[in-house]
Amino acid sequence: MANFINKKRKPGHFPVGTWVINITGSFLLGIVYKLHLTNEISDVMWFFVGIGFCGAYTTFSTFGYETITLLQSNKKFLAWLYVMCSVIVSVVMAAIGFII
Amino acid sequence: MKLICVMLGGFFGAVSRYGIGEWLQTDTGFPLGTFLINLAGCFSLGWFLTFITIRKYIKSEITLLIGTGFIGSFTTFSTFSLETILLFHAGQTFYAVLYILSSIIFGILLSYVGLKVAMFNRKKGESL
Repeated sequence: MANFINKKRKPGHFPVGTWVINITGSFLLGIVYKLHLTNEISDVMWFFVGIGFCGAYTTFSTFGYETITLLQSNKKFLAWLYVMCSVIVSVVMAAIGFII
Repeated sequence: MKLICVMLGGFFGAVSRYGIGEWLQTDTGFPLGTFLINLAGCFSLGWFLTFITIRKYIKSEITLLIGTGFIGSFTTFSTFSLETILLFHAGQTFYAVLYILSSIIFGILLSYVGLKVAMFNRKKGESL
């Protein structure tokens, strides 16, 4: 789904689509996992939203490929920024989702 | 039709991810399942997207089915983030840092290897 939305974008730019998808998906999964742990949602909902939706909504392979594409078009700074922003922001967003 | 391709690929991708994730469980707490799934997906997508760029006659439906649908939903970023948080939460800081670094470094490296493999096969194909 991530690269379906991203299709419209040209290469060599910061992949905003995938970035937004990965951080929002991480945030949502943090929330859903917390709700699952505290038994506020059923197992069925966890499988559907957590594993099914969040898992499929976010993508790691496109993230890797886009980083390579940026490196190949000699956009080293953007590639570095993309990796750092994706990882740090996603992990922090998952933590926020998990804590609230 | 495009949406159906993404849906179908996505369905099989998510189911495969769940199956492999359940199968690859470790005692140490290191999320080996997601780790290997993401690496395998990075390699496959790197190879696949380069392969279809080289062979222009491949239908866009195939790209959507395999690339966007299957590999896209097979790999996951949200589970990666969540598992990192859970490792930190459990006090396993070493595993958390190892998980982040190894996922990123090997993920990007394998995307590149996939791309190179596709390029290499093209050269070989031309000489035949």
